[in-house]
Amino acid sequence: MAEEMRIVLRNYGKIDPLKIEDYIAAGGYEALEKAKGMGQQALIDEVKKSNLRGRGGAGFNTGMKWSFSYGIKTDQKYVVCNADEGEPGTYKDRIIMENDPQSVLEGMAICGYAIGANKGYAYCRGEYPYMVEILNKAIDQAKAKGCLGDFDIEVRMGGGAYVCGEESALIESIEGKRGEPRFKPPFPPVIGLWGKPTIVNNVETFANIPAIVDKGADWYKAIGNAKYPGTKVMTLTGDITNKTFVEVPTNTTIRQVLNDFGGGVAGGKKFKAVQIGGTSGGFIPEAFLDTQLNFDDMSAIGATLGSGAFFVMDESRDIVDVVARIAKFFAHESCGKCTPCREGTMRMEEIMERVNDRHGDAADLDRMDRLGRVMIKACLCGLGQAAPSPVLTTMQHFKDEYLSKFN
Amino acid sequence: MADYKDIINQYKDLPGGIIEAYHAIQREYSYIPEEAVEAVAAAFKRPNAEAYGVATFYSYLKVGKRGKNVIRICESAPCHIAGADAVIAALEKELGIKMGESTADGKFALELTECVGQCQATPVITINSKPYENVTAYKVAAILAEYK
Repeated sequence: MAEEMRIVLRNYGKIDPLKIEDYIAAGGYEALEKAKGMGQQALIDEVKKSNLRGRGGAGFNTGMKWSFSYGIKTDQKYVVCNADEGEPGTYKDRIIMENDPQSVLEGMAICGYAIGANKGYAYCRGEYPYMVEILNKAIDQAKAKGCLGDFDIEVRMGGGAYVCGEESALIESIEGKRGEPRFKPPFPPVIGLWGKPTIVNNVETFANIPAIVDKGADWYKAIGNAKYPGTKVMTLTGDITNKTFVEVPTNTTIRQVLNDFGGGVAGGKKFKAVQIGGTSGGFIPEAFLDTQLNFDDMSAIGATLGSGAFFVMDESRDIVDVVARIAKFFAHESCGKCTPCREGTMRMEEIMERVNDRHGDAADLDRMDRLGRVMIKACLCGLGQAAPSPVLTTMQHFKDEYLSKFN
Repeated sequence: MADYKDIINQYKDLPGGIIEAYHAIQREYSYIPEEAVEAVAAAFKRPNAEAYGVATFYSYLKVGKRGKNVIRICESAPCHIAGADAVIAALEKELGIKMGESTADGKFALELTECVGQCQATPVITINSKPYENVTAYKVAAILAEYK
């Protein structure tokens, strides 16, 4: 029986999220003090050594990212918290912020000290206006107690655009523009918000920071899988008995999450597939269920860890129908800036609907395979590059379901 | 109802505050009046085209009139397999309008949306962003009654 380990959710259910006194009594803001005592370089080295990798999906070494901004001499730098969680099936950032907003603010303040930034933004998705209120209350309390020192945090609300989870699109949105990704390089740690060095980290990444500073890099890097240490918060949805969230070490397998925490497939039905990491994640068949939930092991099977969404489908589900729905999602959410994504997601939706409506033929599978491979190479940002994944992985693992649509 | 010009004035000095201004207008009107887009452009010293481009990029912003209570139903994959289609049909029948339309009395607007982050209890609808979980066709009338 696998066990949960709560690092980012360490205060879940133990404190009143809107009483900063509770957070402080639980040791809150001690890590920020400790960080300031370490000095910027030593602090960044410690975070780098912990091998904490970004929890938004890209899996980049957090301390390394910080070091890019730290090394630049300029009058202004920014820290941005990406709370634009929009991957369908994901609600982990909401759970973290609803239950322990101060841990995220403390993580941001530690990052601010590390890189030399005195201004932070929390960019919260437009679907969560109640979260904007929670964050604003938490910021007011932290300011009133003097916990943040000279570090200021402002909340901005998104407008329901999935692409704004991409860090440069998010930055454009904070600047009050259409949320279209920028060409990279330059990357945001060098040229970001209003042209200044900017660190954009996910909510879950920031919530890890105070614990790492408090207990040290050696403690953290020994947890879970060494290549991607620590824990990951997963949200269990679809045909699973317990639709809940869990925080597990990164050497926990897909099967353990499905059975030990999820209680298995709902209604005693048989397992067909699980899509992990959000709607852009690959579909995973039974054969790969013993894969560990970390960035590298998931990549090795052609899947993703992504945001930690864990979407289970039972034997009765029509995979082609689900993927057609997903193709529509991407056609809707493509921002339109680059042609391969704007046209590609639209054509993919068109072909998937044709196949799903039993009007397609076997040549459509070749068309989607070629289109998908072009999009992976040619799209400007992660949205278009990842969009073909559900189509390609299901054509690989569930080809019979497509063929049955041609009879 | 507060004048949108007064609302815009509160945000015009906020760097990048166009989207915040639009949200504030919508909290009052439930939509962005056409004239307000030009007023935003003037206040933030941006071309009309850019102010309009921002207002129409984001799916939670709506230029032009819509019903007061905005009902959104999630059609992302977890809600889709949980039976969102039946809820969509029930909402359309109960309100007598199609997705994307508003009721003649101006009380309701009905929209499709993507994931609203409440996937522990699918299918999900939101009314003015307040989530309702495990919605079924049977529950629709009672939920809407709260707003009539």
